[in-house]
Amino acid sequence: MTRINTYKYVECCSDEARDLRWLFMGLLRYVAIRAALIIPTVLILYTLVFIVLRILPGDPVLAVLGTKNIPPEQLEQIRHNLGLDKPYIVQYFEYLWNVLHGDFGTSMIISGRSITVDLLERLPATVELAVAGLLVSLLIGVSTGFLAAVKRDTKVDLGLRVFGAVTYTLFIPWLGLMFQLIFAVWLRWLPASGRIDPDVSLRTITGFYILDSILTGNIDALRSALSHIILPALTLGLVLSGPYTRLVRSNLIKALESNYVFAYHARGVRSSKILLHAFRNALIPVVTYAGLQFALLLGGAVLTETTFDWPGIGTYLVEKVGYRDYPAIQAVVIVFAFFVGVISLIVDLIYALLDPRIRY
Amino acid sequence: MSEPVLVVENLTVYYYTLKGIVRAVEEASLKAYKGDMVALVGESGSGKSTLGYSLLNLVPPPGRVVKGRVIVGGVDILSLRGDELRRARGSLVSMIFQDPFTTLDPVRRVGDQILEVLLEHGVPLEEAKERVVEVVKAVGLSERMAKAYPHQLSGGQRQRISIAAAIALKPRVLVADEPTTALDVIVQKQIMDLLDEIRKTTGMAIILITHDIALAAERASRIAVMYAGRIVEYGPKSKVIENPLHPYTRALLQSVPDISSSEWPKPIPGMPPDLRKPPSGCRFHPRCPLAMKVCREENPGMVEVEPEHYVSCWLYARR
Amino acid sequence: MEVLGRTLARILAKIIPLRVSGRGRILVYTGLVIVLAVIFMAIAAPVLTPYDPTRRAGRSFQPPSWEHPFGTNNLGYDMWARIVYGARTILIVVFLAIAISMAIGIPLGLLSGYYGGGIDRALSMVMDAIYAFPSLVLAISLAVALGPSLFNAAIAIAVIYVPTYFRMIRGQVLSVKEELFIEVAKALGIPTFRIIFKHILPHILPTIMVVFSLSAADAVLTEAALSYLGLSVQPPTPDWGYDLYKGKGFVLSGYWWLIFFPGLMITLLAVGFALIGEGLSERVRREQL
Repeated sequence: MTRINTYKYVECCSDEARDLRWLFMGLLRYVAIRAALIIPTVLILYTLVFIVLRILPGDPVLAVLGTKNIPPEQLEQIRHNLGLDKPYIVQYFEYLWNVLHGDFGTSMIISGRSITVDLLERLPATVELAVAGLLVSLLIGVSTGFLAAVKRDTKVDLGLRVFGAVTYTLFIPWLGLMFQLIFAVWLRWLPASGRIDPDVSLRTITGFYILDSILTGNIDALRSALSHIILPALTLGLVLSGPYTRLVRSNLIKALESNYVFAYHARGVRSSKILLHAFRNALIPVVTYAGLQFALLLGGAVLTETTFDWPGIGTYLVEKVGYRDYPAIQAVVIVFAFFVGVISLIVDLIYALLDPRIRY
Repeated sequence: MSEPVLVVENLTVYYYTLKGIVRAVEEASLKAYKGDMVALVGESGSGKSTLGYSLLNLVPPPGRVVKGRVIVGGVDILSLRGDELRRARGSLVSMIFQDPFTTLDPVRRVGDQILEVLLEHGVPLEEAKERVVEVVKAVGLSERMAKAYPHQLSGGQRQRISIAAAIALKPRVLVADEPTTALDVIVQKQIMDLLDEIRKTTGMAIILITHDIALAAERASRIAVMYAGRIVEYGPKSKVIENPLHPYTRALLQSVPDISSSEWPKPIPGMPPDLRKPPSGCRFHPRCPLAMKVCREENPGMVEVEPEHYVSCWLYARR
Repeated sequence: MEVLGRTLARILAKIIPLRVSGRGRILVYTGLVIVLAVIFMAIAAPVLTPYDPTRRAGRSFQPPSWEHPFGTNNLGYDMWARIVYGARTILIVVFLAIAISMAIGIPLGLLSGYYGGGIDRALSMVMDAIYAFPSLVLAISLAVALGPSLFNAAIAIAVIYVPTYFRMIRGQVLSVKEELFIEVAKALGIPTFRIIFKHILPHILPTIMVVFSLSAADAVLTEAALSYLGLSVQPPTPDWGYDLYKGKGFVLSGYWWLIFFPGLMITLLAVGFALIGEGLSERVRREQL
């Protein structure tokens, strides 16, 4: 992660070769280091959740089965089957070992049901929603921020800033349910919930419905999948767009006030082009923020999924919460932690591509 | 003498701030001929940078040119609007700045930034590409540095790139706003040499804005001394340096340390005035050792004391 | 006692006269009005409605009318009564949660920032990990582990804001520590804890106020979310998030008042806190200029 900000221009081999070599060697090392940095984050959260779920007072088995009418021998048997009678430290490492091999154990409720299989089944739905939500929030946030900066200190600017601040504090389920009321119940434009019409048949390849329906050339399925994702994506995207509005606005204003913009003017470059150059500079910090924002996006996705009965990891979590299915909850937390780490890595890479000042 | 390439007449620029009107430049007039290097000397806040910006009709808000004319190659820059004005910038008159670290776009290759200037003024792509190579070489850099990003270059190299971008279209006038202040001493000399060379080979008139009268004495062909928004003395370098007329010019010259002389440099007593409430009459009178009653009451007009040597001071003016 | 009084007065003087100019002042006052209105609602609940929020007050599913301004739900409970009594639940959980996370986050941040070294590195790492994680998911798993109850919901919410306070205080301490007067205090031999509490804490009070308001806004949304998922107080105790969840079941029937009012109240309260935070932060930013 050595960031060399200033070095003398060294003459060596051809530029293209040098650039490529830099990019490739640096990139590999950079990815390796960044990937290694994900591990402690995941580990700390794993430990935290382990402590919370296993060591804190309260017997998970009792919580699940209820206290009535179960002979103690049978309880012991269940505990033994789940490995809960072993010392904590053994449980901790055993489970960790399994997780490293992609095995999140089995559900406590439906015996023998592999959590890994469940999660893999649900994952595409969550990713689809998260990506759609991110796109919507960027679209809204970047365009409003851009407009606010260009119309700086006018009523438009003030209005957009208030819009950004208020949407950010909207309660996702409320917004989602109001959308359902308006667009699904009253206007009947869009379906209220679910991911696709139950009577549309779609052969799943990747699990991403939109992608699958394009791959199989299934127009009906595509139309259905798209019409189902609009309201949830709009809900999630609108709520998360506020910070982008603010960030794009302040960064674009900063860029427009910078010396290089003044210099562009002095050299007779068109204003529209200058705006574009300033915009590019202003977007760099926005990308970084999008990475940080991802945790918020996942949290928001849980609420959005629940509100729209979207069959993703969020609804899975909430279902399992209802049953107090500890291994499943633990698995979701670890998967989310891993998610956050991977996304921050991807964002760092995009950042490096956008900003030539960063060399890995 | 031939026609001047730059004529500034009665230029007046005010900043309309919330705390009052800042009279940054008032009634400034000067001329520059082909191949001239006119040094605009003054303390910080004397309005010299503002004067520089107005030569490109680029005074940042809340500033506004209140009156005056700036004629470059027969065109009044201040009367231009919209696309005409944009095209005049860069092709008739261009500018380089003090801080080469911040005046180049950090995320674009420097060559592209030079190329853009040419394309934006209608030069065809192929020709523009050739011109970039030419101009990068002309400022003493190797051709492949055009592919570098600003952060990969040293301060001096960046300033050379800025110069290349500014002269790519061979403007008649180049405004250089403290072009060496942010650089090392050695690099300073190189950059000034480069500007000298450009001036000699292309005949471009350079307006050198500086607070350093020693630099002006060394490099300029003409010197204009600014104080509190007004040009107080203006003339060929030799005359201004050897025979300074205005008390402020004299004070400025005495404030420069001279290694060869045993005398200590003398600082000018007092502070430059607040340009929201400039002093009455001659703006220098509160700090002037020779101030008379009339200096407080009325501003002296410009007087030509010897050929081409002008001064604005009651010591030389007749009522 | 006298010291305490004087300190309190100084704190109040810092907050109430609102040396916030222009836009900031408007934001703070608007926010204050909203938050105070909700607090008033919670306190004066019995005066504001004749109905018991947990008893049938009339026919089920009545739309808003003079008698039931916010309508009635599937069990015939008066929604307005559930809203005003529900204000109690959410305010208690939010204030309790923020108090707990301040009580943990601020001392840890002070220690970490002041002493640095190994403690600092370890604490920072843990806090950063929590901070980077989807807070709602963390709160959900904590609430599950602790079991659904008002107090447990407060603890679950508190945990996710500890890093916020920790990071803010730690950063402030690091920057204040550089300042000369701390050096002087040290040179005068003033004990460390006295330096922290008498000299550093007052300096960062305005920032704490800002972070308090903003995290309270966020905590309102988190409490509502937990309650929406059935992880806060248990029914029939009135709680806005839970009522919204119940309303979800009747979306297709078009019983809008079961959804609109609880959700509106959640959003309003969150906006109120956020406005206070925004307004105060304008002042902090100006002071730091």
